[in-house]
Amino acid sequence: MKRYSAFALAREALSNHMGWERAWAAPQPKAAYDVIIIGAGGHGLATAYYLGKNFGITNVAILEKGWLGGGNTGRNTTIIRSNYLQDSSAAIYEKARSLYETLSQDLNYNAMFSPRGVMMLAQTHHEVRGYQRTAHANALQGVVTEFISPQRVKDLCPILNIDGPRYPVLGALWQARGGTGRHDAVAWGYARACSAMGMDILQNCEVKGITSANGMVTGVDTTKGYIGTKKIGIVVAGHSGQVADMAGFRLPVEAVALQALVSEPIKPCMDVVVMANTVHGYMSQSDKGEMVIGGGTDGFNNFTQRGSFHHIEETLRALIETFPIISRLKMLRQWGGIVDMTGDRSPIISKTPVGNCFINCGWGTGGFKAIPGSGWAMAELMAKGEPGPLAAEFDMWRFKEGRFIDESVAAGVAH
Amino acid sequence: MLTLECPYCGIMADETELSPGYEAHLKRYGPGSSDEEFEAYMFARKNPKGVHFERWRHAYGCGKWFSPARDTATLEVFGTYPAQSAGPPQALQDKIKAKRPDWRGYT
Repeated sequence: MKRYSAFALAREALSNHMGWERAWAAPQPKAAYDVIIIGAGGHGLATAYYLGKNFGITNVAILEKGWLGGGNTGRNTTIIRSNYLQDSSAAIYEKARSLYETLSQDLNYNAMFSPRGVMMLAQTHHEVRGYQRTAHANALQGVVTEFISPQRVKDLCPILNIDGPRYPVLGALWQARGGTGRHDAVAWGYARACSAMGMDILQNCEVKGITSANGMVTGVDTTKGYIGTKKIGIVVAGHSGQVADMAGFRLPVEAVALQALVSEPIKPCMDVVVMANTVHGYMSQSDKGEMVIGGGTDGFNNFTQRGSFHHIEETLRALIETFPIISRLKMLRQWGGIVDMTGDRSPIISKTPVGNCFINCGWGTGGFKAIPGSGWAMAELMAKGEPGPLAAEFDMWRFKEGRFIDESVAAGVAH
Repeated sequence: MLTLECPYCGIMADETELSPGYEAHLKRYGPGSSDEEFEAYMFARKNPKGVHFERWRHAYGCGKWFSPARDTATLEVFGTYPAQSAGPPQALQDKIKAKRPDWRGYT
């Protein structure tokens, strides 16, 4: 892999930029690999990358039924934060956030992490108490957040209407080192680094079945033929239930649609991320000037990557009260992603009932922010066969044993 | 927008008139049951990509719970039936089987 740098830019300019190599190779599958990762989204690629970087395991194939980063990695609102209440969540999301800070240097690929600050508005007295509690918990966890006053909210984001008649802003939980990233670049950067380590990224290669012998996985049947392996990592978000079914176990997961939308581009007017969980909408401004908006999930099982119009209508109706200036904006694009929701709204990074078959799923509506930490924890689990401290509490048996990581209550709604 | 026929009042109800209730025909377990049974009842879900039997409530209409049969991959609705059913009616299962020959059937 030729490194990207200012010098490389000058060197390539001499040949009219015709000499740039492909960012990642397009190989044919080998007969077998040490490790197969199913799913070349952010989490799958990050898992493969840290398997190579932290554990020296590079005989790895990453299988993708479509194109890499074409699922939820390319469909989210790119918010990065780690202000969670429970210790195990705060640990893995803070690991991810701290890895994002140096990700561009680490991957030699500009992931455009922008630590512009994330603000979660408290618009009821219940939320004020909830976020104060989270700020105290974060202080104990070593996550830097603070509860700020309505005036400070207004100073940080002047376009906010803090006197809203229905839901006035009573304060906010502020994480100055949260922000946004460039979603595609995260997938592309990891893919380029994986390819440079000699891993095979097999796109348009859909897994059709998982084979096992004596309770241990032996390989996968794919649209490009049978591929043998010693270990499988299932990292497929919305389709986790389908792939788990091929391996022969059930998951506590429901797949629903989550929508997002962007407005026409306007001049810079907002340099923080604002989340309003009571009214259920969140918004930030992209580098292109579009207002990037998300809301809540649809309420029923759905694999179509389309959502119901009344949900985005609800989101916008709520946000217009909080941000009156967006009331005349035209919305340009709207899309849906299929998110995998678990019973406690926290992810699963776990061994499975099948030997040497591991699963990373259930990130629900908040997976993008976790990509580096999720990959780090999943790689440790797959390399050692046992979870490290980051993944230890996210096993799939917690639902049977009642050890919930209950962020759905702790974090309000947006997650 | 999803439109479902309420089997009680006979109205074609828009999604905005309804509340979703997820998987139908879950077997309920009470005190004295094992951890596995509680997990199966409370958390383990079929979550199929394809034919699914659900519970919905006609919340802003007659208020009754009922069950639609729906394809989660296409959003096609095969039919609806009253919630007071132990499983999907045979006639509805036959209709789905005719439309989706590769469907594994209701289990």
